[in-house]
Order: sequence, then C-alpha cells, then structure tokens
Amino acid sequence: MPVENAIEAKGLVKRYGDKLALDNVDLDVARGSVCGLLGPNGAGKTTAVRLLTTLTTPDAGTAFVAGHDVVRDPSAVRRSIGLAAQDATLDGLLTGRENLIMIGELHHIGRRAAKLRATELLERFGLADAGDKVCKEYSGGMRRRLDLAATLVSEPEVLFLDEPTTGLDPRGRNELWDVLDGLVAGGVTILLTTQYLEEADRLADDIFVVDHGRVIARGDARSLKRQVGGDQLHVVCANVDDLATVAELVERVSGHTATIDGPARSVTAPTDGGAAALATLGGELAERAIAVDDLGLSQPTLEDVFLTLTGAPLEADDAEQPGAKRGRKKAAK
Amino acid sequence: MSDPQPTRNTFVGDTWVIARRGLLHMRRQPEMLADATIQPIMFVLLFAFVFGGAIHVPGGGSYRSFLMGGIFAQTIAFGSFGVAIALAHDRTNGAIDRFHALPIRRSSVLAGHAVANLLKALVPITLMSLAGLAVGWRIQGGVLDAIAAYGVMIVFSFAVIWVGVLLGSVVATPEGVQGIAFVAIFPITFVASTFVPVTTLPTGLRQFAEWNPVTALAGALRNLFANPGGVTPAHGSWSLMHPVLYTLLWGAGIVALCAPLAISRYQASIAS
Repeated sequence: MPVENAIEAKGLVKRYGDKLALDNVDLDVARGSVCGLLGPNGAGKTTAVRLLTTLTTPDAGTAFVAGHDVVRDPSAVRRSIGLAAQDATLDGLLTGRENLIMIGELHHIGRRAAKLRATELLERFGLADAGDKVCKEYSGGMRRRLDLAATLVSEPEVLFLDEPTTGLDPRGRNELWDVLDGLVAGGVTILLTTQYLEEADRLADDIFVVDHGRVIARGDARSLKRQVGGDQLHVVCANVDDLATVAELVERVSGHTATIDGPARSVTAPTDGGAAALATLGGELAERAIAVDDLGLSQPTLEDVFLTLTGAPLEADDAEQPGAKRGRKKAAK
Repeated sequence: MSDPQPTRNTFVGDTWVIARRGLLHMRRQPEMLADATIQPIMFVLLFAFVFGGAIHVPGGGSYRSFLMGGIFAQTIAFGSFGVAIALAHDRTNGAIDRFHALPIRRSSVLAGHAVANLLKALVPITLMSLAGLAVGWRIQGGVLDAIAAYGVMIVFSFAVIWVGVLLGSVVATPEGVQGIAFVAIFPITFVASTFVPVTTLPTGLRQFAEWNPVTALAGALRNLFANPGGVTPAHGSWSLMHPVLYTLLWGAGIVALCAPLAISRYQASIAS
C-alpha cells in the first residue's frame, strides 16, 4: 500500500437495510493535511468516519488508515487513530483527568505515563483548573476540548473529528478552531466532518462535498467556491435613482453581469476579486458620493454549493446517523 | 506509539480499567449507591418488623432467620439490572463507540462491566448480613457451610450478570430496562419462597414457586446457614429436596445459555 497518504479509501459501500449510506466513495488524504467532509445531515459523513475508525465494516471497497487495512488489521488502525465522535462521549461521572488517564491506560501507555499525559493535556487545553471536576459539570466547549484532548492521549497519526463544533456558541467554536490550528501545526493528519462551508474553509486544505452517500465535488475552498460562482458583491442603494449607475460600477469591478432588484434597491454580481473588489467598489462609490444602505461581500453557503452542484436545495435526510437510528428504533419497542 | 497487540495480558488489564470505571460510577451516583446500600437494609428491617409477626414458618423457628435467605436471593436476582442499565447507558451516550475505537479487545468492555457488577454485588450482600445479624439472624450451621453459602451467592451473582448483559444488549435504553425489570423480575422474586413458605401458595403458583430458581437459591442459603425453612423435606419436588444442587444447576444453565447469547446479541447490536 502506498505510504504517502494517511487515509486511502476506494469504492467504499455501506448499506443500512435498503438505504445506501455510502455509495462507492473514494477518499485520499495526504499525511499532515486537514481534510474536510462537507455535507448535510445524513449525507454519509458519520458512516464514512465509522468505517475508517473500524466501528463498522464496509459492504464493499477497501480503506487504509495510517497504512493499515481497516478490515484486515483493525487493531493496528485503532492504535494509530484518535476519534472524537459527534456527541462528546466522555464519561460524565468521571473527572476530566480520570477520563484521560483511562483512555491512556486503554492505549497501554502505562498508568504512570497516562497520568503525566493527562496533566499535560489538561494544561494544554485550558482545563487544568477543571481537571478534577466530574465532566457532567463541564460546559459544552469544555467537553469538546476534553474530547479533543482524549483523542490525543496516544499521540495518534490520524485524528477523526465528527462535527467538532456542532452545538458550540461562536466563542466556543473560535476557541476550538484555534486549538485545531495548533494541532495541524504539530503535523497530525486530521479528517473532520462539518455542515458548514465556513468551517471547512477555515480548517481544511482539501474538501470532499458529500451528498446522499456520494462525493459530489472535491477541492480546496477556493476552487469549490469558484464552481459555485464564488463570492457575491452586493449593494443596497439609498436612492432608487442610483441603481443604474451602481449596476454599471458593480459590473466593471466584478467583471460579471449584475442583477438588479428594483423593489429591494439592490444590485448583486458574482466576483472573483474577493475583499479587494469590495474595497475598489467602496472607493468608486465614495468618489461619486453615492449613498448606500448596505455594501458587502457574501460568501457562498453550503446551501449555494448544493444548489449549484446538485441543482437541488439542501435537504436534511436524517435516515443515516446509525447511532441515532438504532436508539430510536429500539426505544420504540 | 509502540503499543503491544491486544493480547491476553492487556485483556486482563483493560478489563480491570473498565471495571474500575464502573465502580467509580456507583460511588458517584447517589441513587445507584442507595440501591446497593439502603435498599437491602430497608428490606431486611421492613420484612422483619412488618411481616415478621404474621408469617408462620413451618417446622418452627424465627421468621427473621427464615427471611434472610429470601432477601439475599431477591437482592442477587435484582443485581442483573445494574449491568443492564450500565450497558444501556454506555450505548445511548456513545461510550461504547469510544471504547471500540481503542486498541482493546471488544470483549474486555463486557468483561469490565461483569467484573464491576460482581464486585458491586458484594456490597449489598455484606450490608444485608450485618443488618440481619442486627435483627437477630444467625448463621446456625458450620463454618464450611457458611463459606459455601457465600460462595453460592457469588456464583449466582455471576450468573445473573449474564441475564443483565443479554437484557442490556436487547433493550437499548435505560428506561426500557427499568420497565422490563418491573414486569419480569418482580413476579419471579415474589412468587417464590422469598418471603413466605411455598406451602402457603395456591396450586399453580406453588408449582411455579417450587421450581423457581429464586426459591432454590433462598432454600440453598437457608439450608447452608441451617436457618428455619432450610430443612430438606423428605418428600416434595426434586427441586425442594436438592436446593443447593438445583441452584448450582440454574447458575450453570444461565451462564451456558445467556453468556453466548448475550455476547452474540451484543456484537450484533453494535455492529452497524
């Protein structure tokens, strides 16, 4: 097997009943890079993570993680990875420190080394003061940080983070992003899943867009946005009379045809120029003393990506999430 | 990391790590601790003082001394729920997934639960013994028989853990486990010689009680402790005449039947 990729998957197929959760998925993630799986709920992201972390086996296809076959040598895979599942799965009745020590012991690094590692990780993740409190008293952000710390106990080669910021407030999310930046600088390979283009853009070098169990696009954030039509310049005029002049300006700056919405007094056009285009447009408007109510650059959202790539709006298909499905099915009995 | 393969060596250690976690859980959940401590003591006091005067033990002897074998048996039977609820909790909150992504044998998770619950079972057995001594129960037989009695309790505690593992693998939620506990284990522990001699039961219930493993366990303990009601009848059902053997057969049967089934059900329930 080639050793240059940390994750190498070919033709992965996974069925749950008559539903195809993964339909012939190929993935390759270079060592030391951050890969994002971007898609709506039920797209197959969690299933892909479960297959790659040996929690379930594929119906077809092959996958190698850190050079080990997930089907033939799952224990070698498990020694090389860290997994932070979608819901923080730390033990609420154990303290943060006890959780980390337990994970360390189960990675067979020895109790003494596990204790040292726990102290080191608690400090690194800003949890030194909370380390001896039981985890059910932690805030959402603290739980996530501890979850991440737990994945690092064994110094894994590949980290799997399933929706690492779901459920966090903007501040918690920013903190977590900073932590992840630090990890990447340390050279670990990360595969993360997210529903937010912004997050994939912020963290991932390489993005796989997943929908209905298939990879429908792949590239870095810039190239994906280009496929979607990139950023949109938009101006809301103070006076209706300025619409035509503004449209002309916007077209000149963006190099694309502008769309005028009379009642909304707005002009929009795609642009490849990003923030520079916005600055130029702002300068031009100021020079001509044209009053505007709003001026901005909007980034395409996941919604836009899906509209462009699939021609259909994003629809949540929650039949996937195997954990949730199992819970519901059994609970109904 | 240069971790060794998950071998026999690491299996024992891993099981113990997971068992220790289970014991911490008990310490930190007041309601679970109460189940294991206050409840058995309360049962001893309640039945000793409330029913004690009303129930006549055939062959004579104090009801309180008769009672203890039954209460031991009932508490041990209820022990199956601890492990079922703990497993169901692990499944609903994702702990099982976390364990399974670690380089450990998956069976060490089940084994850890089993060990923790076996150790947990010792707490109520000890406390009930003390409460019993306080209300006048005595070990009236020999030392070896008494040791055998506690041995039988431990064997049976081990056996019912597998009923719990099976239950925890089939029923996914802690609430579901509670529900089944109520409708299944209550009748089994009450339609037995737990609190009353089986001879007082109407036909139908009496036959059920005579062959009920809870009756067998209660009878075996009374027999080994040489307590009232433990005298082996000269005639009657085979089960009543051989309580110790019959109890051990049940223990072996439960393990032989439930353990493989529980393990395969558990594997199937997590393999998606």
